[in-house]
Amino acid sequence: MKVAVLQFPGSNCDQDAFHLFASGLKVNTKYVWHKETSLGDADLVVVPGGFSYGDYLRCGAIARFSPVMKAVQAFSQQGGVVYGICNGFQILCEAGLLPGALIRNSSLEYRCITCALKVETSTASFNPNFLGASVKLPIGHGEGNFRIDEAGLARLEANKQVLLRYENNPNGSLSDIAGIRSEAGNVFGMMPHPDRAFERFHPSMDGLKVATAVLATKFPELLKHTA
Amino acid sequence: MSKAASQQSPRDPALGVAALLPPNPDPLLNQTITPELIRKHGLLPDEFELICKSLGRQPTLTETGIFSVMWSEHCSYKNSRSLLKGFPTEKKGETKDYGRVLVKAGEENAGIIDVGDGWAVAFKIESHNHPSAIEPFEGAATGVGGIIRDIFTMGARPVLLTNSLRFGELSSPATKRLLRGVVAGIAHYGNCVGVPTVGGDVYFDASYEGNPLVNALCLGVLRHDQIRLGKATGVGNPVFYVGAATGRDGLGGAAFASRELSEASAADRPAVQKGDPFMEKLLIEACLEMMAVPGLVVGIQDMGAAGLTCSTCETASRGGAGIEIELDQVPQRETGMNSYEIMLSESQERMLVIVKKGREKEIEAIFEKWDLHASNVGTVTDTGRMVVKQHGITVADIPANVLTDQAPLYKREAKEGEWAINARKWTPAALPDLDAKGVEAALSALIASPTISSKRWIYRQYDNMVQHGTAVGPGSDAAVVRLRLGDAEKFIAISNDCNGRYCALNPKRGALIAMVECLRNLACSGAKALAMTDNLNFGNPYKPENFYQLSECIQGLAEACRFFDVPVVGGNVSLYNESPAGSIDPTPTVSIVGLIEDEKHITRQTVSTSGSRLILLGGAPHELGGSQYLGLCHGIKAGDAPEVDLNAESLLQTFLLTQIKAGRVIAAHDISEGGLMVTVTEMLFTPEVGAPNALTLGAALDLSSLSASRLDALLFGESQARAVIAVSSVVEKELLSLAASVGLPATTIGEVNASGVLSLAKGSIKTQWNVAALRTGWETTIENAMRRPGLN
Repeated sequence: MKVAVLQFPGSNCDQDAFHLFASGLKVNTKYVWHKETSLGDADLVVVPGGFSYGDYLRCGAIARFSPVMKAVQAFSQQGGVVYGICNGFQILCEAGLLPGALIRNSSLEYRCITCALKVETSTASFNPNFLGASVKLPIGHGEGNFRIDEAGLARLEANKQVLLRYENNPNGSLSDIAGIRSEAGNVFGMMPHPDRAFERFHPSMDGLKVATAVLATKFPELLKHTA
Repeated sequence: MSKAASQQSPRDPALGVAALLPPNPDPLLNQTITPELIRKHGLLPDEFELICKSLGRQPTLTETGIFSVMWSEHCSYKNSRSLLKGFPTEKKGETKDYGRVLVKAGEENAGIIDVGDGWAVAFKIESHNHPSAIEPFEGAATGVGGIIRDIFTMGARPVLLTNSLRFGELSSPATKRLLRGVVAGIAHYGNCVGVPTVGGDVYFDASYEGNPLVNALCLGVLRHDQIRLGKATGVGNPVFYVGAATGRDGLGGAAFASRELSEASAADRPAVQKGDPFMEKLLIEACLEMMAVPGLVVGIQDMGAAGLTCSTCETASRGGAGIEIELDQVPQRETGMNSYEIMLSESQERMLVIVKKGREKEIEAIFEKWDLHASNVGTVTDTGRMVVKQHGITVADIPANVLTDQAPLYKREAKEGEWAINARKWTPAALPDLDAKGVEAALSALIASPTISSKRWIYRQYDNMVQHGTAVGPGSDAAVVRLRLGDAEKFIAISNDCNGRYCALNPKRGALIAMVECLRNLACSGAKALAMTDNLNFGNPYKPENFYQLSECIQGLAEACRFFDVPVVGGNVSLYNESPAGSIDPTPTVSIVGLIEDEKHITRQTVSTSGSRLILLGGAPHELGGSQYLGLCHGIKAGDAPEVDLNAESLLQTFLLTQIKAGRVIAAHDISEGGLMVTVTEMLFTPEVGAPNALTLGAALDLSSLSASRLDALLFGESQARAVIAVSSVVEKELLSLAASVGLPATTIGEVNASGVLSLAKGSIKTQWNVAALRTGWETTIENAMRRPGLN
């Protein structure tokens, strides 16, 4: 099991994501620099939070053109599992790997709080049976307001692509959506941070379950261990 | 054109200096320095005389600009340095050495403290008051950027930020504009750069109207062998300029910060810099990567106040060397910038690096990786002089140490102001005491007053969790952060404190209280103090009452530092904090870092379960002076600041820490603004994680056993050396007897329950509050004031 955490120059949750997998789940984890064109032998690619290239333009608008994102595109087309957290989610939407877009929070302010999230039935691992009915994860973003057109939303719901919904919407997201997956089921994106919820002193340790749920997409045997 | 400058002259052997500089083809730079120009540069005629004497000639315009910033209060501490010498530099008793100070105050960009096992922390607080008053967003943002550079320039990775903010009354539209801008600016910079803002303190008081205080602190972590200094050594070593290009922004910002704010200050807006946190993020990573290469970096310093000027002359002076730079090599954002502008620019996100000769390619490669420029702008020399050339012509040639160490020192006239002398005479004799109804109304009002109320609206805009080390975030007595030290970890606590109202009434006591309260906050969190940094915010030192306040406050801080053996490892002095309405309340903000021995000792201020006993540690109060209660409920800002008994403080704090370590304390909260009732109420406000339907706690208090001359003083007085702890009923008796055995007053005052009601009995007086209603008032005061129609 190998995890690759991408590093853009403005990534600042790269170490958080690294430690979630390396220290929290004891998985072999390495960094991949944004100028790289290969992902090596990774089983899971994590696009971490931060401000990729400053994000003075739309979040992730520049990152999608980076050399490493070409490799991520190819990886996902071959069925590789890709997981975007926060800025990573924004980048995956910009890159077209996930539907929809993330715009400024309805408050026009950054929000850093811990949110209760309703777990939807989406995949073999993203469901209340494995994760419980609700998880608590921190958020930290200024642009987490999920938007998609009506047809797109209908498709998301019909295909059960919604992973998590806010119980108390902090940013104006359509249908309280906090995280989604691709239709094919191998690309995941969410605004909440499991990488801030995996140690004893964190607001919760639900991040471990959520990260395991992503890994279990490729390694279903993980479901047995933790369930 | 001055007569002197128009003549070519060789070096004057008698002076040992280049007596005259060659004429500059730019007539602007060649102009004679008139008394008017001297005044405009904020230099006194005597200071100009001294400059001419040091140079053996008249300075050029560029040199005049250089002196004006280096000899400004901001850079030279000329009005405060004589007082700062009062801070202890060694421990009391036999062993003089603190044993943990690795880099002392004033030696470098930030002090460094040993935290054990070969690791250390660098930390410092710095003000950006004036820029924030004029342009709150950029002013606050660049304040954060500047303090972060001060930390990573020492070789440390920044791991936390805090800030200390003061504004006018929240009801004023100007305050709302400033608050919104300052908070957004701090958030913009800190969030992007990826350093969590984990704590801070905020007060609202009319004295800060028009002159807000924005003090930002950064702390970084490093191994002892990673410490880098701002020293230029090794003749022939190249001097590199790295980071953002130089523009015309922030021209003379240090000199601007050393003036009073006035109606015309808006015209100073070009003196406020613009920040680019993404550039800073790149700089942090590139610089830390560069510094990790053994032997590559000889010295490094950020270009903060006074930019290129300060970094070149300070590194040269510290290294006992000289530096020669050619401005044509400095990356420039605009064309046609002259030497005066380049030397005085305070463009952000720039660093000066002295590299080992022959290894230029290595640093260039690292900066290339991060898509940054590294430009070789000069060399280290053995002349002891700072020589600046542009287009090959020398525009400045000044002994470096004259700029850094020979600014004149002043001891201004100190005389206590009439206002404070009279205000202290106030006694509560004429004030009717509270009845039950009055008690009920007072607590409801106090808990929802802007200074006491929750600062959630502010800190939820800061990323307070990035780097995943935040164990106790904003909103508690102290923030607690886990440091990753290789494969090991340690927990540190940090708190900021200063009640300007106390300092206005009694400056020395106010400063002592800032220190003891900060230490008490750390003790409540389970931490033992390591070292402090201070930000001295005062008015114009030429006014005798202001200089008196400065002098008294420093004495107070120094006395507490000596008593508790807490070394000062650096700080900042911000004078001229005045608006057209007058000087601010003196505000010597104190920030102390403490170490928590074991993760199990981390203690919060909130109770999470019912059944705990509440115990008051420390005596029953009798004081009302300077309290929030007097201010809010009676409109009175008078009386003396609360008494300070350092021995009582020490007794309390030692006991707190001992009991926390013994595992007997469930929660601990210090008593400060708003007194006992506010403290107990806040202990019931358990943080909501996620869902808004958390358990609503209540408490039944009976204070009948406490004797007090006045009920209002007992409930809302702000006497020092006190805290409330929550313990289980099982250890209650044992704890009370342990307190008695060391002579610490301790009284059970009530029990936490799940009723959702806070009830109070004191003899025949009985009253009660709905905790959810108190909480709503506490949580929504600032939020409601700042709400923008149509947004949520």
